[in-house]
Amino acid sequence: MSKDYTYAVARIRGRETFLLSGSAMEQLAASKSYDEALHFLADRGWGDPDERLTAENLLKTETRRTWELIGELTDDMSEFDVFCIADDYHNLKAAIKLAYTGASVDEERLFVSGGTQEAKRIAQAIREKDYSLLPDAMAAAAAEAYDTLLHTGDGQLCDVILDRACLEAVYEAGKKADNEVLKEYAALTVAAADIKIAVRCGQVGKSLDFIRRALAPCEELNVETLAHAALGGVDSVAEYLTSTDYAAAAESLKESPAAFERWCDNLIIRHMKPQKSNPFTIGPLAAYILARQNEIKCVRMVLSAKLNSLPDEIIRERLREMYV
Amino acid sequence: MENLGLVLALTGASLAALLAGIGSAIGVGMGGRAAAGAVTEKPDLFSKVLILQLLPGTQGIYGLLVAFVALSRIGVLGGEAPNFETGLAYLVACLPIAIVGLVSAVHQGKTSVASIGLVTKKPDQFGKAMLFPAMVETYAILALLISILAIFSL
Repeated sequence: MSKDYTYAVARIRGRETFLLSGSAMEQLAASKSYDEALHFLADRGWGDPDERLTAENLLKTETRRTWELIGELTDDMSEFDVFCIADDYHNLKAAIKLAYTGASVDEERLFVSGGTQEAKRIAQAIREKDYSLLPDAMAAAAAEAYDTLLHTGDGQLCDVILDRACLEAVYEAGKKADNEVLKEYAALTVAAADIKIAVRCGQVGKSLDFIRRALAPCEELNVETLAHAALGGVDSVAEYLTSTDYAAAAESLKESPAAFERWCDNLIIRHMKPQKSNPFTIGPLAAYILARQNEIKCVRMVLSAKLNSLPDEIIRERLREMYV
Repeated sequence: MENLGLVLALTGASLAALLAGIGSAIGVGMGGRAAAGAVTEKPDLFSKVLILQLLPGTQGIYGLLVAFVALSRIGVLGGEAPNFETGLAYLVACLPIAIVGLVSAVHQGKTSVASIGLVTKKPDQFGKAMLFPAMVETYAILALLISILAIFSL
């Protein structure tokens, strides 16, 4: 029998009223200073009044609150693994580089919370080379990446192995999910990442073998054709995309990398919007997590721009569509 | 076999109370879960979402009414025990509210849940939100009307 999300979705509907709308985001972007932007957010209930008002505290508190809410609404957090896998691989990357360099860095600063595996466990697995502490797919990638780094000292190659493993894990988690929203999110994430990898590799003149190694297979794109297109640069990748489901991305890809990233995020949010009228499934919960992640990403970007006194045009070019 | 008419009539009355009641229980239960979620986030919405939750409860009452009228005419609470043909007619007369009551209550419950979501996001739209599940009620009332008319014609 499928799980009942009626109560959870009703609570999510209540929380959705507190999400920042497009006009609220523009108001934030129009703040005259970094401090004014922080106070704008604090007035809307962002952050913990007992903590110092900083961007880092604000964003950390909001991320924690999102996952606390989801934790209250479901007893099986593994359904949302697709959103947390990237944090696992970030921690794995950090643990491998920490073990390789032998640097003494505060682990609190290095690792992020929110993954499916405990950061300490990942660090221990790498430190002691006991990969059995990790899930199978992660263990294989960790062993390959660490050995590659030890033998070649090539940090980029190590990153490529782990990034591809991360994308494969996200795609696999999406396939296993029994909800269309999660499947769609995973497929879009992997396809968008492959396109970005292809463009960047093309721009810095990477070899076909390197590109093949970096691209994660997915049903939405033919990675072999994409790898060959990458050799020809952005225009060639854009031309290939016109024959795929991502034809609309070609224009933004030619415009700038920021425009393409914005296009990808907007596409995901647009695909999530029908969940606003779905009262019974896990879909609205997943859409809420994505809406919050999108909101936090936009706020982080606006605050960074304000802190560094960047012009408004740069902010506007990067502002995403909001869920509400 | 001489009580077969009564058995059939009783079956009809039971089905009216049973199926319509089950439908209402499912519908009100669904609405209750959504209402609890809405009130957790916005306690001041209690009275509004309570009304929406209760809307699918009427089918159970209609089923009870039909069952009560039938029982009062077939020798249980009054009247005389029917013969086979009349008993069968009572059973058939009870079916509209039994079946439509069950199906419409479940669907009204789903519509109530959606309306509770609407009220949670836009409390000022309560009037419109109440109309959506109320529309489903039309068909339960039509079924009630037919069942009552059929029973009174026997």
